[in-house]
Amino acid sequence: MSRLVVRKTYKLFIGGAFPRSESGRTYDAEGANVARGSRKDVRDAVRIARQAGPGWAAMTAYNRGQVLYRVAEMMEARKDELAALSGGADEVDRAIDRVVWYAGWADKLAQVVGSANPVAGPYFNFTVPEPTGVTGILAPEPPLLGLVSRLAPVIVGGNTAVVAASEAHPLVAIEFSECLATADVPPGVINILTGLRRELAPAIAAHMDVSALDLTGADGDVAELERLGAENVKRIVRGRPDAQSPYEIASFLELKTVWHPIGM
Amino acid sequence: MATAPVLPGGFELPLEPRLPRLGSIDAVALEARAAALATRSIKRESKLFALDLAIRVMDLTTLEGADTPGKVSALASKGIHPDPSDPHIPSVAAICVYPNLVPYALERTRGTDVNVAAVATAFPSGQSSLDVKLAEVREVLDAGAQEVDMVIDRGAFLSGRYAQVYDEIVRVKEACAGRAHLKVILETGELGTYDNIRRASLLAIAGGADFIKTSTGKLPSSATLPVTLCMLEVIRDVHEETGRVVGLKAAGGIRQAKQAVQYLVQVHETLGLAWLTPDRYRLGASSLLNDVLMQIRKERTGRYQNPDYFTVD
Repeated sequence: MSRLVVRKTYKLFIGGAFPRSESGRTYDAEGANVARGSRKDVRDAVRIARQAGPGWAAMTAYNRGQVLYRVAEMMEARKDELAALSGGADEVDRAIDRVVWYAGWADKLAQVVGSANPVAGPYFNFTVPEPTGVTGILAPEPPLLGLVSRLAPVIVGGNTAVVAASEAHPLVAIEFSECLATADVPPGVINILTGLRRELAPAIAAHMDVSALDLTGADGDVAELERLGAENVKRIVRGRPDAQSPYEIASFLELKTVWHPIGM
Repeated sequence: MATAPVLPGGFELPLEPRLPRLGSIDAVALEARAAALATRSIKRESKLFALDLAIRVMDLTTLEGADTPGKVSALASKGIHPDPSDPHIPSVAAICVYPNLVPYALERTRGTDVNVAAVATAFPSGQSSLDVKLAEVREVLDAGAQEVDMVIDRGAFLSGRYAQVYDEIVRVKEACAGRAHLKVILETGELGTYDNIRRASLLAIAGGADFIKTSTGKLPSSATLPVTLCMLEVIRDVHEETGRVVGLKAAGGIRQAKQAVQYLVQVHETLGLAWLTPDRYRLGASSLLNDVLMQIRKERTGRYQNPDYFTVD
């Protein structure tokens, strides 16, 4: 029996929901009408990411790892759809493996990045990693692997994220956010915006409530984005699109040292 | 509906035949109009004007069990200079506190245009004897409060004892006369229907209220746009009929600059520019001020702001 095709509307992913752009605008990408996020969508996403931050950071590291692993499970279940919209099955496999790899780091970070320091005095002295806060990410290519490679290390450390998806290939990012929505990621921890980079990037970089900025996927006037980010001394990172390393996680952590008197 | 109670004399409005028969508010139309007015897009210079006005008509409020003299002093200082880094930001209209904290607020506001408002009459419930309520009003007046926010006895109102509610307002008004502005809190969240809100508004105005105020802020459902529109229309009707000017104070649940602008639009559309002054309109709020300051700075710098860069109160 013939039936009508059920077409998908590609929307934003903010606070665990899939709203259209506040502006109502769309742009044409990969043959689909994709939501063209505005400055106000950035504002809404940052506000929600900020609210979600304390809860996500307070979850046990073990629990965060479990959530990330669940993301990999959901990606595995949607492999075909992800492959059709990205560079193919190989890219999807590598992206899933990367999520699993970072999921394993969640409960090992504090031991590797932190330390118990010998000091000349009657004190215990600890250095512990803490999340930086809301992190803006300009996702690099390839559209799925690049996004996952930059997003996973940010999230696993307890940060929350506002991501600008690839402008030319945004569909797979939204497909991926459907994996996130069903993977127990608390609403607001990951927010994905589609739209034009020249509109989204400066809004994210200039926002005073964004604490860190990943410019790995930035093009054009990167120096200007760094200048905008400097206003509130954002932690600015320019890594490799395909990196996989615990130092990628450490880039988005703040190390804090505690002095505790012995014998009190 | 209970039969019309015998009301004491001295009404400016022929209330007695009117009150029990009120039943004419079209709730659907009221809510639709309030919703339509809330969709107005206010941008750039108009937005800056509205944000500036929102500060000028604000009653910066702290009404918590945990209030201390120190907190009230800090709040009063903040009300006088909301943003110390920007001299163009105006002062708020008043600082609203509990009765025993009035002296600490006055200590800071003396010599400025900022008034001190005190809640009285067994705020927030209003469940106390008239003598106790009047004693409290006299106390805050003696302490020097320039504005008194009283609550009506909702229990009496809902059981149809309008005369008692009216009487209390009249007695409090007598105590305040010539010394302080009287705002009458209706606590609309407990009144149930728009008809009741209209009734209570008329009762308060007849009793001598300078302002009618929506809520105490102690209920989950406080000021809403349809409720304030309903009250504004009462004020408009009274003004058209008698020429008397009554103010409105919207309070409770107004936390974002965008909401504040929506309330101001409503006032402008219902009563006109003449009501957009601190003498005739107030916004009661605690956390609203910082959001307004953030929006003003955002308009000036083009950057969305971070609450960490603004003073806590």
